Amino acid sequence: MDFRYLPMTEQDKEEMLQTIGVKDTEELFSDIPEEVRLKGPLQIKEPKSEGELKAELAALASRNVTMKTHASFLGAGVYDHYIPSIVDHVISRSEFYTAYTPYQPEISQGELQAIFEFQTMIAELTGMDVANSSMYDGGTALAEAATLSAGQTRKKKIVVSEAVHPESRQVIDSYGRGQHLEIVTVPHKDGLTDLQALEEAVDADTASVIVQYPNFFGQVEPLADIRNIIDAQPKAMMVVSSNPLALGFLTPPGSFGADIVVGDTQVFGIPAQFGGPHCGYFASSAKLMRKLPGRLVGQTKDEEGRRGFVLTLQAREQHIRRDKATSNICSNQALNALASSVAMSALGKKGVAEMAHLNIQKAHYMKKQLEAHGLQVIFQGSFFNELVIKVEDDADALNDHLVTQGFIGGYHLGRTDDRLKNHILVAVTEQRTKEQIDTFVREVAAVHAKQY
Amino acid sequence: MQNNTDFPLLFEQTKPGRTGYSLPPLDVPETDLSEVFESAYIRSEPAELPELSELQIIRHYTALSRRNYGVDSGFYPLGSCTMKYNPKINEDVIRMEGFSHVHPYQDTKTAQGALELMFDLQEQLKEITGMHEVSLQPAAGAHGEWTGLMMIRALHEKNGEMQRTKVIVPDSAHGTNPASATVAGFESVTVKSNEEGLVDLDDLRRVVGEDTAALMLTNPNTLGLFEKDILEMAKIVHEAGGKLYYDGANLNAIMGYTRPGDMGFDVVHLNLHKTFTGPHGGGGPGSGPVGVSEELAAFLPKPVVRRQGDEIILDENRPDSIGRVKPYYGNFGINVRAYTYIRTMGPEGLKRVSEYAVLNANYMMRRLSEAFDLPYTQHCKHEFVLSGRRQKKLGVRTLDIAKRLLDFGYHPPTIYFPLNVEEALMIEPTETEAKETLDSFIDTMLEIAADAESHPEIVQEAPHTTVVSRMDETTAARKPILRYISE
Repeated sequence: MDFRYLPMTEQDKEEMLQTIGVKDTEELFSDIPEEVRLKGPLQIKEPKSEGELKAELAALASRNVTMKTHASFLGAGVYDHYIPSIVDHVISRSEFYTAYTPYQPEISQGELQAIFEFQTMIAELTGMDVANSSMYDGGTALAEAATLSAGQTRKKKIVVSEAVHPESRQVIDSYGRGQHLEIVTVPHKDGLTDLQALEEAVDADTASVIVQYPNFFGQVEPLADIRNIIDAQPKAMMVVSSNPLALGFLTPPGSFGADIVVGDTQVFGIPAQFGGPHCGYFASSAKLMRKLPGRLVGQTKDEEGRRGFVLTLQAREQHIRRDKATSNICSNQALNALASSVAMSALGKKGVAEMAHLNIQKAHYMKKQLEAHGLQVIFQGSFFNELVIKVEDDADALNDHLVTQGFIGGYHLGRTDDRLKNHILVAVTEQRTKEQIDTFVREVAAVHAKQY
Repeated sequence: MQNNTDFPLLFEQTKPGRTGYSLPPLDVPETDLSEVFESAYIRSEPAELPELSELQIIRHYTALSRRNYGVDSGFYPLGSCTMKYNPKINEDVIRMEGFSHVHPYQDTKTAQGALELMFDLQEQLKEITGMHEVSLQPAAGAHGEWTGLMMIRALHEKNGEMQRTKVIVPDSAHGTNPASATVAGFESVTVKSNEEGLVDLDDLRRVVGEDTAALMLTNPNTLGLFEKDILEMAKIVHEAGGKLYYDGANLNAIMGYTRPGDMGFDVVHLNLHKTFTGPHGGGGPGSGPVGVSEELAAFLPKPVVRRQGDEIILDENRPDSIGRVKPYYGNFGINVRAYTYIRTMGPEGLKRVSEYAVLNANYMMRRLSEAFDLPYTQHCKHEFVLSGRRQKKLGVRTLDIAKRLLDFGYHPPTIYFPLNVEEALMIEPTETEAKETLDSFIDTMLEIAADAESHPEIVQEAPHTTVVSRMDETTAARKPILRYISE
């Protein structure tokens, strides 16, 4: 059988074996001991031709409900947003997607400059001094922020708001076990971090306080008040996980004195892809620049004085520092950072603000409609594009019904929070039309009326 | 200060009022936001993002792409990175809407196509590695290493062996191994290589003990050499109560020939962006699935993708699990590409991949040893390491050789790694390169070696043809400029 990715011919093989001085390729594997040799062929599926395989995989793909076949009101960290057409055209240029990490700056200026521009845009949106080249995702970025704060302050206690994404909190727990961190969770109250409980939790052993802005329920945390509470402990750091689209409207965490701001840029040009790959970002104050995890691109000059870009401050990283590195991260999400850069460039100064505004307006419209239909929207604080509906009945059955009506329903908060059984978190993005919102509300209200 | 030959940044091309987007008009009655937000929380100054038209943005990124080099641009023999061809069908498949626009929190009943693919990929990877269970969750190789070590830690803790705090790492290991050990809360201990470039068994016997949690090993190792005493090593580590960790960075050398599970490894991570055609994306996203033996299966990260009757489910009910290592279920988009590749190649194809990767490497190694020192002379696997010490005596460093290769349109090999070879040049051709390509590259390398003797300055001053010359990296690190600030 011939394989289109393998150019080796019989003649090539003969010539090469002769140069090497062996009679067959088996001789090249003679150092693999007999006892560990695989005896027959691998028991994996037989190959398929390009056309057959594409047809099979298209059939598999068609078994999924998608955010294109259905109007999605599901968010909870992953959103259906406008992706400018140019994004995929740019990231499909194979000079970008078939390249390795830009270790040779002379032939990698394209990637390096694109990352430098990404770092700049993230720093701008978050109001921070610097940002790195990307992290795996928002959740692991948050865990790395906890680790950084512990290393920097030499303290072990991390205070996490329960209004932070539950999966991010679980990731912090997993990382924390390796690092022997003490993770203390502060409960939510009325959809926001309970400030009184926070005040009690923050003490001299606290490395950092972690909050999300807007939080998991879509509510806008009072960062100014939270900063005041943290200030009672001069060393403790403020870590904020933030949806960067929301920062097109909200005052950035940097303005409230955040030390580290992390999050996910999936909202800018990255499809949901069943949860990944997305793209974490990591921004900080200048003071922490030499402690950041991951890759950083810096501006410099070449021998002729021309501006250029290089990977820099590499003394932080695993390939130099080995066991003393600030993180073990190596591959990050460069191509997705590029996708987000293109989307942020296309939206630009005006578009990011306008898109954030559309999200807020549509979500507020939905809230009014839900309330007009007698549904209870709990949590009455300022919110971005997500809100929580108390449905009184079986939330999973409601979502099953919504799928039959062409909708992907909200996130059932009872999955991870016993206090919120049969509460659903719905997201309204700029992609949802008035008609879709109206129909969705009617359907939810109808199911609700039937059950009661 | 911008030099007139500087390539402009997006921010330097901005003109207020230009736009490159298209959003629908607001179609709902407007809420007065000053009534629902406190003014302190309404951004007062917009973020300084670019203002450009669509064509300007496209021209910018097209120009940037031309200042970049990928596998599709030319030969990329970057050792330990497996820069093989990235098939185009993979890119088509992930762009199918049924894969790219599925939400991770949809009811699993509405995402059976995606879950079925994940489940079947796990099955294929189990067979390829010889492991008992596989999880696709880790986002990249280093993340897989940390996940694997956390499982080993959980096992030792469960067995009450809290004193197992040390992870043994060969001196030739990739830097992520000790870094991951630290992040997982272990201390790393180095085991020496012998004169053959393999782990020194006596030294291994010396360093193992009651405090050994695991030995991390790449096989073939970073010198491209197969650790032929692997069974003895497994015995030494297992008898001391430790576990054996397989770093799958070099799996491309052995598919269909041998499997980590058969060599006695307890935990394996794979780099799907290497062996299984990723692509690399300029530095990610990757995917670093982990495979485990039966003994460690209970500790796999949550959720576990498994079959239950006719359905594939996400099993969260795993009391011994190390927990969640990343939100959602791994880098699905990369996993879809890897699955497409495995289904394209099949059992015979994957074995030939390793056969030709090894043949190509040995051919290059023998021809290049005419002009460059070869510290380890046995047959290599998919990659090999040369030393530039002969050229260094002439005043030409390995860095110079790498930079000179740029003038000939090649991406240079990995340099100065592994650390135990002086002036190292680590070359991995992969199986997707034709003999003509290898020959041209070899001829170029021999020419550079000849130049190093006759007129070294042409090598020392390289590159001569790239869009920028060598960069001042010292100033970049001393006075870091990490973002654009308008003047």
